[in-house]
Amino acid sequence: MKFSENWLREWVDPNLDSAALVHQLTMAGHEVDDFVVQGANLKDVRVAEVMSVSKHPDADKLSVCQVRTGKGATVEVVCGAPNVRQGMKAAFAAPGVELPNGLKLQRTTIRGVVSNGMLCSAIELGLGDESDGIIELPQDAPTGADLAGFLALPDTILEVNLTPNRGDCFSVSGLARDLSAVTGSSLLPRDQPAVVVTGKDKHKVVIDTPAACPRFAGRVIRNIDADAASPLWMQERLRRAGLRSIHPVVDVTNYVMLELGQPLHAYDRDRLTGTIRPRFARPGEKLVLLDDREIELHEDTLVVSDDSGPIGLAGIMGGRSTSVSPQTVNVFLEAAFWPQDVVAGRARRYALHTDASLRFERGVDPALQGKAVDRATELLLGICGGAAGPLTDVVDQQHLPQPAEILLRRSQLSRLLGIDIETEVVERILKSLQIDLERQGDGWSARVPRFRFDLRIEHDLIEEVARIFGYDRIPERTDVAELPLGDVTEARVDLELVADTMVARDYREVVTYSFVDPGTDRLLTGRSSELVLSNPISSEMAVMRGSLCTGMLAAAVMNLSRQQERVRLFEIGKSFHGKLDAPVETMRVAGLAIGPALGEQWADKARTVDFFDIKSDIQAVLALTGSASDFTYSPTDIDSLQPGQAAAIRRHDIAVGYVGKLHPAVAKQLGLRKDVFLFELDADAVFSAKIAVASPVSRFPSIRRDIAVIVKDEVSAAQLQHAVAQALPDLIREVRIFDVYKGPGIEAGLKSIALGLILQETSRTLTDQDADFAMQTVVRKLQLDYGAELRE
Amino acid sequence: MRGPVELLTAAQVQIANAADLAALDAVRVAFLGKKGAVTAVLRNLSELAAEQRPAAGQELNRVKNEVHALIEQRREVLERQALEVKLRADALDVTLPGRGLSLGGRHPVTKTMARIERMFMNAGFGVRSGPEIEDDFHNFTALNIPENHPARAMHDTFYFPGGNLLRTHTSPVQIRSMVEEGVPIRIIAPGRVYRCDSDQTHTPMFHQVEGLVIDRNISFANLKAVLHQFVERFFERDAKLRFRPSYFPFTEPSAEVDVLWEEGKWLEILGCGMVHPNVLERAGIDAEEFTGYAFGIGVERLAMLRYGVTDLRSFFENDLQFLRQFR
Repeated sequence: MKFSENWLREWVDPNLDSAALVHQLTMAGHEVDDFVVQGANLKDVRVAEVMSVSKHPDADKLSVCQVRTGKGATVEVVCGAPNVRQGMKAAFAAPGVELPNGLKLQRTTIRGVVSNGMLCSAIELGLGDESDGIIELPQDAPTGADLAGFLALPDTILEVNLTPNRGDCFSVSGLARDLSAVTGSSLLPRDQPAVVVTGKDKHKVVIDTPAACPRFAGRVIRNIDADAASPLWMQERLRRAGLRSIHPVVDVTNYVMLELGQPLHAYDRDRLTGTIRPRFARPGEKLVLLDDREIELHEDTLVVSDDSGPIGLAGIMGGRSTSVSPQTVNVFLEAAFWPQDVVAGRARRYALHTDASLRFERGVDPALQGKAVDRATELLLGICGGAAGPLTDVVDQQHLPQPAEILLRRSQLSRLLGIDIETEVVERILKSLQIDLERQGDGWSARVPRFRFDLRIEHDLIEEVARIFGYDRIPERTDVAELPLGDVTEARVDLELVADTMVARDYREVVTYSFVDPGTDRLLTGRSSELVLSNPISSEMAVMRGSLCTGMLAAAVMNLSRQQERVRLFEIGKSFHGKLDAPVETMRVAGLAIGPALGEQWADKARTVDFFDIKSDIQAVLALTGSASDFTYSPTDIDSLQPGQAAAIRRHDIAVGYVGKLHPAVAKQLGLRKDVFLFELDADAVFSAKIAVASPVSRFPSIRRDIAVIVKDEVSAAQLQHAVAQALPDLIREVRIFDVYKGPGIEAGLKSIALGLILQETSRTLTDQDADFAMQTVVRKLQLDYGAELRE
Repeated sequence: MRGPVELLTAAQVQIANAADLAALDAVRVAFLGKKGAVTAVLRNLSELAAEQRPAAGQELNRVKNEVHALIEQRREVLERQALEVKLRADALDVTLPGRGLSLGGRHPVTKTMARIERMFMNAGFGVRSGPEIEDDFHNFTALNIPENHPARAMHDTFYFPGGNLLRTHTSPVQIRSMVEEGVPIRIIAPGRVYRCDSDQTHTPMFHQVEGLVIDRNISFANLKAVLHQFVERFFERDAKLRFRPSYFPFTEPSAEVDVLWEEGKWLEILGCGMVHPNVLERAGIDAEEFTGYAFGIGVERLAMLRYGVTDLRSFFENDLQFLRQFR
């Protein structure tokens, strides 16, 4: 809520400067987002009258004006504003005056005509961000008067971020009431003169749904002056509250809403047909709103109707058909009490967000309706004249909110806040909030005013005591709790350790959005996710990622475009799968590498990263489980990966991830012109760990024997390794692969694989005969299983 | 034939003149070898008179030992010189960079989150997580935000057809943990949260760390203490905090916490409060017996302050030039 500080000070005027006032409001829970001082440097600008306007002899867009400034003879001023005209009251700055924007005026000659000062615009005066000419002052502005004094400047515009529980503060008077409690400065007395009723006209209001509309106040005002304009002071206050002056009737309803917190609506009395009845909308009904939008009404929406049908959305916005217009002479003012639950959420349903709905959703004082109509009447008669009819005030007391009775226990107050606040202080605080107290046992029975919709339970009162007492006066005390030892499990690999391992392998962690472009995600996962957002930020962020690589590849593309030639990224986060009503979230670890295997350096020849580089990184990460041998890699045909350079990773028989080279066709579609190697692992399946079981180390020396065998191309290294290890499981400690060869000397379709075998016994030293025997066994098994031939 | 003295003098000169190990070895052979000069004289001892033999033998042995010692001394010198030459030839430009992989780095946001986790774990907090695709009940209703509550407008929520949503805060984990574990409870819940908002100061995804402590006598004074300690540990310096009354439907009293960043400049860093009795009761906890506090820390905000990051969006751009500034 935005409003003028001067206006607030008409209601309560604590002995604080603006900055201190802002601090008090903020510390009372009404955070001041912004405050702007206006007119602080507005000295010696005066009200002036434009006596005549003639065209500048030498410039099309300039005028030469004779201006009466209230001092001495008229002065000649050159003016470029399109709205300058004879008889207009304007703001005049004489040579020597310095304007708030820093401009120091001088007598100047503009295209041959001497200009003795300037007629100013709102921007030049620091009174606004927009203007379409010079500022126009009302006709009754006294010529020669000090402009700042006339406009009640300087003033501070405060923008308060009201919390949604404090509907009672959604007005100048409401905020003043709270500020009075906080500062101890009394509310200033105001007298509301009784409305002089000179008309007899009453508009009939019937309430059939008292639960939805327990109070409806109104008044007919006849024969207003349709040509009257809102006074400048009112226009200024509205402007400082962020509202434009539109029409005196609309301005008055807005003004009273800002002042008292009661939204009002004004109907053109002559466009109403028959009895006004608030009721719920009927199926199929439509309404054209003030903003010319036609909406189809839902049956849970309360409308104001007359015999013609719905004429307004209760508590939200009026209808077009009965609205006031520049021709309106007879007005019916409405100020109703619409309960919170009748209005709540309805505005949002119709994509509306109005000053009225904001207030009704948060709760409006049920005692305000008659008062607000009277105040509006007083203001309207003062501006437009007319004859006020008697007040209509239909009330169903039974359905009006009743004051809440709450028990507040001293013990609970101390327990929750951690401080004993003296009884007298508690009582003074609550009474300052207009809460009636009666001592009862160890505490009080509190009767809360009806405008405090937020005070319902004991905790609410405790907060009020703390808020006014001051949160800063509550001490700090560390809580005492049992401290059992925490778990430090070895059964799972901490993902922090996984991240640290990736970092040690020269990968850079990224955090990418969980929602991604549906097309890219489909390209990578091979399926369309069902998890599509109803209201995405953009179509490129519309679907929950089925793969972490979707976002990571986008990050890679961006980095390559920014001259990064070596890109190695990883991310730990969730991917999303399953159905809308049964979504599945999977924790994953993914990485990618593009460009040189190592950063450019002098020692080694540059080499581009390949499949086995990234596989080695995965093996390092999987080794954290303590059971690297659980994992197998087998050729796979994932559409997004290049055939022949893609492996499914399994733990025992369960698929836990993949590694491979991005298919060149996919890379091209994503705008990647370099080879991309990537992997993705399911963290839950991968990172359960084995606790090590130590076995004794053999003190007998090991023997190494190397063999090279020729096998068919399709026989994999893993198959050979496995077969060798199986041949003599007790003797063969390790099988290393130290060469793979295809080419001259080896028939096409075959390959040579060189294996290094480490043999060791735990109970004795091996002899050459043992080793010879072992090698014969191994070779025989490889021949049998895979038709391997020993290479000479 | 030369006498022992002449032999020694000649050997001394030749040893001193031996320029390298090979030359020195030649000297050794020339004097002490089988056909060397000293050996030849020794062999001729028998030709001396019997009474002269012992003295001459002693004298010759002395010379022989002396020559041997001189050769060894010289050998050490020459070896040392040879090593020095070799080492000089092996000298490197030690300013050249090392080879192999360098070090990657963590993302500043996850790094910040990990640090926060560690601090609270040290104080006995457990770490919990929950789903990011939530239902309306856990994200709103159970947190005392019924349908149509104005506070829902504070959360620009991403929805899925059918009513599920992306959690707008980590607070649903409070509910899930209370229901699953009961009380007393002492946990934090870090994670991603989502709001349908995107501009210079808002990203549609960000991170929070939720905190929840419920026990028999937990007070607002306890909440103030833990958060003050947290902020000071996080920034590793003394910090002035300001607890400002605010409103969250799931806490009462509620506060927003500002830290005094520089003279006169308060920055909002988190929201907190005492757990609302409705929330406790919905989780099946007796609100008469138990009280508790909860807080929600905005991770990006803290990371920005800690590392001097000025544009929130740079966290999710993942530009390597930005990321390389973090360890």
